[in-house]
Amino acid sequence: MKVGRPNKEGRWAWRLTGFVTLCVYIFMFAPIVATVILSFNASMFGGFPMTGFSLQWYGKLMANEAVLAAFRTSLWIALVTAVVTTAIGVVTSFALVRFEFPGKQTLSTLVILPALVPETILGVGLLVLIKAVDQPRTMLLLVLGHILLAVPYVVLITQARMVGIRRVYEEAALSLGASRFSSFREITLPLLIPAVVAGALLAFTISFDNTSASLFWRPAGVETMPTQILSMLKISISPEINALGTVMILVTVGIPLIGGLILQSLTRLKRRDEPKEEAR
Amino acid sequence: MKNRWTLYDPRLASMLIAPVLLLLIFFLVLPIAVMAVYTFFTFVTAGVETSALTAANWHEFLTDSYYHGFLLKTLRVGAMTALLCGVLGYFPAYFIWATSFKHKWLLLLLLIVPFWISFTIRTFSWINILGEQGVINVALIRMGIISEPLPMLYTEGAVIMGLLHFLLPYMILNVYVSLESIDRTLIAAARSMGCTSAQAFREVTLPLSLPGLAAGLLLCFVLAAGSYVTPQLLGSGRDALFGNLIYDTIMSELNWPMGATLSIVLFVVLGFFAAIYTRYMGMSQIVKGLGG
Repeated sequence: MKVGRPNKEGRWAWRLTGFVTLCVYIFMFAPIVATVILSFNASMFGGFPMTGFSLQWYGKLMANEAVLAAFRTSLWIALVTAVVTTAIGVVTSFALVRFEFPGKQTLSTLVILPALVPETILGVGLLVLIKAVDQPRTMLLLVLGHILLAVPYVVLITQARMVGIRRVYEEAALSLGASRFSSFREITLPLLIPAVVAGALLAFTISFDNTSASLFWRPAGVETMPTQILSMLKISISPEINALGTVMILVTVGIPLIGGLILQSLTRLKRRDEPKEEAR
Repeated sequence: MKNRWTLYDPRLASMLIAPVLLLLIFFLVLPIAVMAVYTFFTFVTAGVETSALTAANWHEFLTDSYYHGFLLKTLRVGAMTALLCGVLGYFPAYFIWATSFKHKWLLLLLLIVPFWISFTIRTFSWINILGEQGVINVALIRMGIISEPLPMLYTEGAVIMGLLHFLLPYMILNVYVSLESIDRTLIAAARSMGCTSAQAFREVTLPLSLPGLAAGLLLCFVLAAGSYVTPQLLGSGRDALFGNLIYDTIMSELNWPMGATLSIVLFVVLGFFAAIYTRYMGMSQIVKGLGG
């Protein structure tokens, strides 16, 4: 249904809305497009005008040991974060949706706080804590910090899906003699899979992308991908950074898109298996 | 049997929430509590402090106008960013909601894609637009309109633009979610009672979408006021915000008690705005806007 625009005033308002929308979308993507284009620039300087097409900056990138090391570090941290956060998030939302316990309301507020408190504050807080107990900054600390930052999103996503799964299915399995764990594994988890995949992907990107907090938490001498980019930018804006940006965009946009496609085909397969309607 | 486990036993619940509770206590609650204590420690020299309690840090913060200036500038930049986001974000949200375009999901997907692209990359890509060799300056010089590149990068305007770029999707999605929850028959009813489309928008659609707009404004304000990377990359030294001040106090000056004090100040100030918001709006809208 179109929302009212037969009169002249309405038509102009609608055109204005469309125009601003277009501008906003251009605003959102112009810098990214410029970066991708410039990464193929043959010029020595990281900027316009284009002087020719070249892949030399990608070659330079592949030979840059510091960048590769940072990439591997970030990849590992993000993988571990995604797995652990998803596990914690699923269990937490199961408790929050199915159970009644004292302090439930407080917990559900507390759990989204890491998404609202500025990273600088979270970063300083954790550093002050480990300084107070005289502990060094370790990789474990960095990973646990990333888990903290990703947990709100995973909980919100899995919770929303969990609410839609009727508890009678689990209870039926239990009454037929399934154990607590196997009813969860056989009934709840398969129904939750879309949210699990979405949550894991989001946790991965949150960790892979984290900058401010990582600057505080990383152990001495360790660079993650974003902190590596920051320190490269401090020296100069070389075309190599544009190439790096393009590669990162491919990785971080490509992975969720592929994940989404896999998810879609999974649900399609499932629909074919069970043509009856599914409770939501 | 007294100790039999019931179906939804609170004891099982406490086992299930144990991991997240430990994480939140040790990485969120305890750090902020310890930081609050640290604000009263005595700073000796870079990296060294004693646990002798003093109010010197608070005294310094409350009397030194250097800090007040930073705080005011941060709040101003945060408020300007949030307002611009509100104005510029409402149009696309409304457009996506009201359009009869068949592939609406594509417009929504395009709003989510930036969340996947590294924030650092999205921020530095503005250098390619605003910089001396950026699109705008090179194009203007080629066209002969200017002979010297305009200084656009490393200004407060560039910082706000970067923040806007980062926060607009949050705003659009927040407003869109609350527009989606409006019963469209209400608008049809208003129209059939003789409202013009503008009146129907003013009297029905806009008021009903205010919760989403308010949630977006709060989110944008808090995230902008707490930012560190954007002023670092797109601003000059003069455009540093409170987050940069905290970072420098701790990482360069190694003045931990003062850094803790400044962090607590930012935490309390932003918490104050969030508290006003939740007092009137509740948390549910923010939860929806974050993807719940």
